Amino acid sequence: MVKYISKRLLYMIVSLLIIITATFFLMRIAPGNPFTSEKKLPPEIEANLNEHYGLDKPWYVQYGDYLVRIVQWDFGPSFKYESRTVNDLINDGFPVSLTLGLEAILFAVAVGIVLGVIAALRHNKWQDYTAMIIAVFGISVPSFIMATFLQYIFAIKLGLFPVARWETFSHTVLPALALGATPMAFIARLTRSSMLEVLSNDYIKTAKAKGLSRGAMIMKHTIRNALLPVVSYMGPLAAGIITGSFVIEKIFGIPGLGSHFVLSISNRDYTVIMGVTVFYSILLLVSILLVDIAYGLIDPRIKLAGGKKGE
Amino acid sequence: MQQISKEKFQIVGVKASDAEKISKPSLSFWKDVFIRFRKNKLAMFGIVLLIILVFMAIFGPYMTKFDYASNDLMNTNKPPSSTHWFGTDDLGRDMFARTWQGARISLFIGIMAALIDFFIGVAWGGIAGYKGGRVDEIMMRIADILYGVPYLLLVILLMVVLGANLTTMIIAMTITGWINMARIVRGEVLSLKNQEYVLAARTLGASVSRIMGRHLIPNAMGSILVTMTLTIPSAIFTESFLSFLGLGLTPPLASWGTMANDGLASIQYYPWRLFFPAVLIALTIFAFNVIGDGLRDALDPRLRNKE
Amino acid sequence: MKKSKLSLLLVLSLVLSMFLAACSGGKDNADGDKGKTDSKKKVSQELRLNIKTEPFSLHPGLANDSTSGGVIRQIYEGLTRIDKDGKPQPAAAEDIKVSDDLKTYTFKLRDAKWSNGDPVIAEDFVYAWQWAVDPANQSQYAYQLYYVKNGQAINEGKAKPETLGVKALDDKTLEVTLENPTPYFLELTAFYTYSPVNSKIAKANKDWYKDAGDQYTSNGPFKMVQWEHSSKIVLEKNENYWDADTVKLTKISMDMINDNNTELNMFKNGELDWAGMPLGQLPQDLLPQLKKDGSLHTQPIAGVYWYKFNTEKPPLNNVNIRKALAYAINRKAIVENVTQGGQIPAMAAVPPSMIKENEQGYFKDNDAAKAKEFLAAGLKDLGLSDASKLPTITLSYNTDEGHQKIAQAIQDMWKKELGINVKLENEEWKVYISKLHNGDYQVGRMGWLGDFNDPINFLELFRDKKGGNNDTNWENPKFKQLLIDSQTESDPAKRLQMLKDAEAIFMDEMPVAPIYFYTNTWVQDENLKDVVISGLGDVQFKWAHFE
Repeated sequence: MVKYISKRLLYMIVSLLIIITATFFLMRIAPGNPFTSEKKLPPEIEANLNEHYGLDKPWYVQYGDYLVRIVQWDFGPSFKYESRTVNDLINDGFPVSLTLGLEAILFAVAVGIVLGVIAALRHNKWQDYTAMIIAVFGISVPSFIMATFLQYIFAIKLGLFPVARWETFSHTVLPALALGATPMAFIARLTRSSMLEVLSNDYIKTAKAKGLSRGAMIMKHTIRNALLPVVSYMGPLAAGIITGSFVIEKIFGIPGLGSHFVLSISNRDYTVIMGVTVFYSILLLVSILLVDIAYGLIDPRIKLAGGKKGE
Repeated sequence: MQQISKEKFQIVGVKASDAEKISKPSLSFWKDVFIRFRKNKLAMFGIVLLIILVFMAIFGPYMTKFDYASNDLMNTNKPPSSTHWFGTDDLGRDMFARTWQGARISLFIGIMAALIDFFIGVAWGGIAGYKGGRVDEIMMRIADILYGVPYLLLVILLMVVLGANLTTMIIAMTITGWINMARIVRGEVLSLKNQEYVLAARTLGASVSRIMGRHLIPNAMGSILVTMTLTIPSAIFTESFLSFLGLGLTPPLASWGTMANDGLASIQYYPWRLFFPAVLIALTIFAFNVIGDGLRDALDPRLRNKE
Repeated sequence: MKKSKLSLLLVLSLVLSMFLAACSGGKDNADGDKGKTDSKKKVSQELRLNIKTEPFSLHPGLANDSTSGGVIRQIYEGLTRIDKDGKPQPAAAEDIKVSDDLKTYTFKLRDAKWSNGDPVIAEDFVYAWQWAVDPANQSQYAYQLYYVKNGQAINEGKAKPETLGVKALDDKTLEVTLENPTPYFLELTAFYTYSPVNSKIAKANKDWYKDAGDQYTSNGPFKMVQWEHSSKIVLEKNENYWDADTVKLTKISMDMINDNNTELNMFKNGELDWAGMPLGQLPQDLLPQLKKDGSLHTQPIAGVYWYKFNTEKPPLNNVNIRKALAYAINRKAIVENVTQGGQIPAMAAVPPSMIKENEQGYFKDNDAAKAKEFLAAGLKDLGLSDASKLPTITLSYNTDEGHQKIAQAIQDMWKKELGINVKLENEEWKVYISKLHNGDYQVGRMGWLGDFNDPINFLELFRDKKGGNNDTNWENPKFKQLLIDSQTESDPAKRLQMLKDAEAIFMDEMPVAPIYFYTNTWVQDENLKDVVISGLGDVQFKWAHFE
C-alpha cells in the first residue's frame, strides 16, 4: 500500500506539472492581458507595468519563475485587486467555500443515498417513481435556476431565509441546497441502479435465504457494494464543490473561492489563474487518489496496487 | 431395495430428431431485450414523449405564422395568448416558434453529447479499468489533467484558434464531457473484472472485446445509462454557456438553454419565458430517464425471469 | 400498477404546481414593498448599498475603476469638489488663483484635518501627485496627471518625480504649473487621482492603504472603518472633516454582491436602501416593471453607446454606406423597447450635458428615406447593383445580454430597412477588446464614459488614427487641427464653437454610429434625500440623509 501510494504521489506531481504548464501557456496565448481595458492605457504605462510584473521577460524565464513560486507556495500579487495577494484570496475564500461545499455534499450524499436505496428496494413501486420525479427535477434544473428559485420562494416570498450575504448558518442553507441538488439527484439515480444490480446478485439471495433481517442485509451487503459508482462520481466532484461554485457565490453574494476561477480568467489575472488552478488541481488529484483507495475498502477484490503487468 | 420393473415405465415418444428441437422459439439477446422493454409501460410512455418532442422540433416552427427570428419591438414580453401561443420574448419574438426551433438544437446537442459520452467515456474507462496497472494509471491521469486545466480558458482559446462554429462547439463540449463517464465505468469494471464469471470467460480464452462487450459493459449498464441521462441536461446548459461566450449558436438562433437563461432574469414578471423551455427540458430528461430505466431493466440478465 | 401511476401523476402535478406558484405572483410582491418602504420610517442615518465587487485599490493614486472611485469619492476630498449643480467648487482649497496664461494655479488650502487628526498640508498633495506619476508605483491612472508640468516625462522615466509642476510654497499654499493651458483643470482637481494622501503616514508605511485601520486615513466626509475583502466595506462619518456639520449620514455599508437580481431582491426585502447605478446595477429585464410601479429613477449621464466602424474595411470604408447604416437605426425603438432605462437617442458624439443642442443631434433618428439615398449612393460608388451584393457585414460585441439584444435589434433593422445581411459575432470581453484595438473587426459596439465634464473628452479619442482608443482608423486633418487649437483658446465660447465644428466634421464622416446616451437607473428608499449624482454619473453621499 505504501509503495502504491508513493507511486501515485509521483504520478500526481507529474500530472500537476502538466496541468501547470498547459494552463500557463493557454493563459499566455489567450488574447488580452491583465491591463487590457475599455480605455486603453498609454503605451508607456503599459510597458512600465509589464516590466514591473516581469511580463516583458522571455516566456521560459516567466515560466521558471512561476514554478519556483509555486514550490514556495507563494503565488504572488493579484493584478485585479492591488491590495491582495493570491495567497490572501485563497486563504480568505477557501474556508467559506469549504463550509458551503461540505454542507452541500452532506445533503447530496445523505438524501441521495436514502432516496436511491428506497427506490431500489421498492423497485417499480410508487416510492420508486416519486424518487425518480424528484431526481428528474434535480437533474434537469441546473444550480443557477435552482438558486434563483430557492431565493425567490424561501427568501423573498416566505422570508424564511436571508436573500444573500455570508454571515450566519441560515445564510448557508439556500446556497447549500442549490449547490447540492443536482449531485443529490444524480447520486439517487446512481445508487438506485447499482442497488438493483447488487440486489439481484446471488449472495444477496443467499443472505435472504439464510434469513438475515432485511435491515442487516441492506446495510451489510448491498449499500456497501452499491456505493462504488457513487464514490467514482463524488471524488472529483467533491474537489469541485469545496472550491466553490461561481454561479452560487454570485447569486447569494458569497465571498468564496469559486468566483476567482471564472473572474480571474476574464480579467486575465495571471497570478490568480495559476494560483487557483494549482490549488484546485492538488485537491482534485488527492481526492481521486482517495477514491481509488476507497475502492479497495468497499470491494476488497479490487487490487490496484498489485502487479497487473501480466495481463 | 425394491426392484422397479421396466414395465412401469412407458416411453412417451422420443425420436432422435426431437433431441435437436427446442420447445420455445430461440430469442437472440437483443430481441429478448426488446420484448421486455416493450412490456415496460412507463418506458414506452417515454418513447412516445420523445417522439412527440422530436416531431414538434421538426414541424413546430412551421405551425405558427411567426418566424423565430423576426423582432417586433412593439410587442415585447407578451404573455401567452391566441396569437402568440407561448407569448413573446424581450424582442417581441414568438416564443412558440423559438421554443421548437430551440428544440432542434437542444435535442441534437443533448443526444450528441450522450453518444459521445457513451463511446469515448465507456471505451476509455473500460479499457483503463480492465487493463489496469500502468495503462490505467496513464489513461486516468490524462483524464485528471483535462479536468484540472481551467475549462473556460480552454474554451476561449478554442474559439480564438478554430473560430466560432458548430464543430468548435462540439469539440468544446466533448473535451471534458466524457471524463465522468470514464471514471464511473472504470470503477465498475475494476470491481466486475474479478467476478467469477469474468474469470471463467477469461480462462476459456475469450477475447478482451468479448469480455468487455458481453460481460463488463452490460453489467455496468445501469450506471452508464444513469450517467448518460445526466449528460443530456448538462450538455443543454453547457451549450447555453458556450453560446453566451460566443461559441456555437449566433443569435437570433435559440436553444432551450439560452432561452431558459434569458428567461431566468425576469422570472418574477414574465414567467412564461422560463416556463416553456424549462418544462420542455424537464420533460426531455424525464423521457430519457424512464427510457433509461426501462432499458436497464430489460438489459439486466438477472432480472430476466422476475416478471 | 394503477395505483403507482396515479401517485406518479400526483407527484408530477405537485411539482408542476410548485413551479407555477413560484412563477406567478410577482405582482403582489411589487405592490407589497411600497408599504414596507413607507412604514420603515428610519430615524437612523445608516445607508446600505451594494458596490458589486472588491475595489481594485483604495489608494487614490492607484484606483482606476468605478468601484474604487465610488468608495474613494466618499472618503477623500480633492482641491475642488463637484457640487450639487455639477460645478467644481473649492473644497480642500478655499481660494484659487489662476495666472493669465492659464498655466499656473495657486491654491490656498483651508484648515482641514485627516481622519486621525493630522492637519492636511500642501505637502500631502505634492507627495500624492508625485507618487502617482512615479513609474515605480505603477499607477494605471498616472496619465490623469499628464496635464501637470512634466507629468508625462516623469511617468516615462525621462524626468525625476521631484520635477513635477507642483510645489508647496508653505503648509497651506500649493502652486501647480501645467504643461499646457487646460481650461477644465478645476474639473480635474475634483477627480480622485488628484486627491491628497497623508504623507506622514504614507512615507512611513508603504502598505498603509491595503486595509482599514489606523493607518488608513482620509480627508473626506466619511472614513473607512471596516474592509472585509471581497465582502463588505463600512464607512462612518468623519468627525474631523472640515464640513462635518453638513454630513448627516452616520454610516454607509457597502456590500460586494455581483448579481443584479440579488441586489434588487435585497432591496425589495429591505436589506438595502439603494439598488442600481452608479455603484450597482439593476437587471435590465425588470426596468419596465420598476418604471410601471413608479420606483425607477433615471438620470442622464455623460456617456455614449456607439457602434464603431472600421473605416479601412470594405464596405465600411465608404462614407455613404456608413451613413446609411447609421441613419437606418431606430434609436427610439431601441431605448424604449430594448434598453428601457430612459436613455436618450444619440445622433451626436458629445452628450447633451456638455453640448445642449446635441439632444437633437446632427441627423434625424430612424431616417429610412435618407438612409436609402445614402445606400444607393454608396452602392453606386462601389459599382454594385443591389444591397445584397455587398460583402457580409459582421457586427461584433462582447458577451453580454444587453449588448446582444441591441445587436439583434439593429441586425433586424438593417435587414428590414436596407436589405443588408449582417452576421453577429460575440466575443469574450478581453478577446473582443484586443480585436477592436487591433482593428480586427468591421462594426463593433463600444461605449465611452466621460472622465471629466468637457466635450474634448469625447472628441480627442479620434484625434489620431493610431490613438489608443480610436479603433476606427479614421483621421481628419481639419478635425485634428480644431482640437489642437481649442486647447490654447482662452475664451470659453470660442473654444466651445471650435469643438462643435470639430464634432460636425466627425458626424459628417460618421466613423461611428452613435446609438444612445447613457443614463443611470436605480431604485432607492424614497426617504433618502440629497444624494448627488454628477453629470458624469458619479455619486456623492456628502449631503445625503434620511427623512
